[in-house]
Amino acid sequence: MKNMRKCISQRSGLIVTMLLYFLMAGQTLAGQGKLLETAGLTQIEGSGGGGIVPWATISGYDSRDETSLSVFNTLVFLDDYRLHSLGASVGLFDRVELSFARQNLHLSASGEKIRQNIYGIKARLYGDLIYTTLPQISVGAQHKMLVDGAVASAVGAKNNTGGTDFYVAATKVHLGAVGGFNLLWNLAARATKANQLGLLGYGGGKNNDYQIMFEGSVGILLSRHWAIGYEYRQKPNNLAGVKEDDWQDFFATYIPNKRFNFTLAWTQLGDIAGAKNQQGFFVSATGYLW
Amino acid sequence: MVTIMRTFIFLTTLLLYACANQPQSESVYQSLGGLPKIEEIVNNHIVEIEKDPVLFEYFKESDVERYRAKLTEHICFHTGGPCEYTGDNMERVHDGMNMTEADFNRGIDSLIDAMNEADIPHRVQNKVLAIFAPMRKEIIYRP
Repeated sequence: MKNMRKCISQRSGLIVTMLLYFLMAGQTLAGQGKLLETAGLTQIEGSGGGGIVPWATISGYDSRDETSLSVFNTLVFLDDYRLHSLGASVGLFDRVELSFARQNLHLSASGEKIRQNIYGIKARLYGDLIYTTLPQISVGAQHKMLVDGAVASAVGAKNNTGGTDFYVAATKVHLGAVGGFNLLWNLAARATKANQLGLLGYGGGKNNDYQIMFEGSVGILLSRHWAIGYEYRQKPNNLAGVKEDDWQDFFATYIPNKRFNFTLAWTQLGDIAGAKNQQGFFVSATGYLW
Repeated sequence: MVTIMRTFIFLTTLLLYACANQPQSESVYQSLGGLPKIEEIVNNHIVEIEKDPVLFEYFKESDVERYRAKLTEHICFHTGGPCEYTGDNMERVHDGMNMTEADFNRGIDSLIDAMNEADIPHRVQNKVLAIFAPMRKEIIYRP
């Protein structure tokens, strides 16, 4: 019964996203000014990006005269965990992005959960993904507040309340670059103290300082509606007791129109809080309401 | 033995030469299908504009036949075809239009539709867009 309730609460996020999408579809709204596929997706911490890596893109389809509002819902099914991330993002004039995400990590064995709220801000400093020779460049921050800090304390985190990540990201699409297909690449550098996105707290016995982690994405746009790609995210390894590994995923995204996209990925997240070699599926949907 | 070596070197050189010259020998103009296809794309593009009130607003004062002729030349010339572009430069053409970024992208979407209707393969479409994308800065927000 408890499990069923949990399941329903997770699915309801997706259903709300879908309902809002169908309600909004067909209406003329703001935020249509970018080319299809060029708004990107929503990454696991709520920022516009790929699946696990933030990109320099501003989350919605807003051009420099428009605003946008998007909602996203992501589920990651791993061997010993299930991570649910749900949130919303506002794009302002293709310049600033404000985002919120609620993460909920379910530990399959004990039934425990770890919740975290993430407030994100991103500003585009330079360029355009498509139209400038140099890549689009943005800086951002993700302020994370841990709701359930008990597990973080138990695994030896120095801080079990919250922390802030800072990043810079460069993203570029090269038109027709690979045998006529469009090529997308993204490179981000993140200053962080977070253990497993912050769900296991901040800092630890091995390291308690900010470290720079590199994150990258590469994708091929197979058509105006389909893209495939690969992402890699370097992770700190701060905790003395439990190992943290780099993350990676292979993704396929379907983008039928400027209202919706859907991503399915295969993720390899390595050891998480003592559970070995966590792999699984990642499903994510973003709906663009405005 | 020496003859075999010489033949091998000759053939390898020939192959490398052929490979190195591949992109030049097949221009985007040729991949598109030459002038008839460009004319078809431009025609579809004009029909799309006439159907779209937002885009039509920018063209309501324009001479359609001049636009048709100059755009055809422009695409033919820049994709490597045997044409000369006799129109004004991009800044001059778009002066006073004050075209927004969003409407420019709407125009690109319309051009993609026009290429789809003309059965231009996705990968050739991207090569066309790659040629014209850098011109955006000469087109948008010109009061």
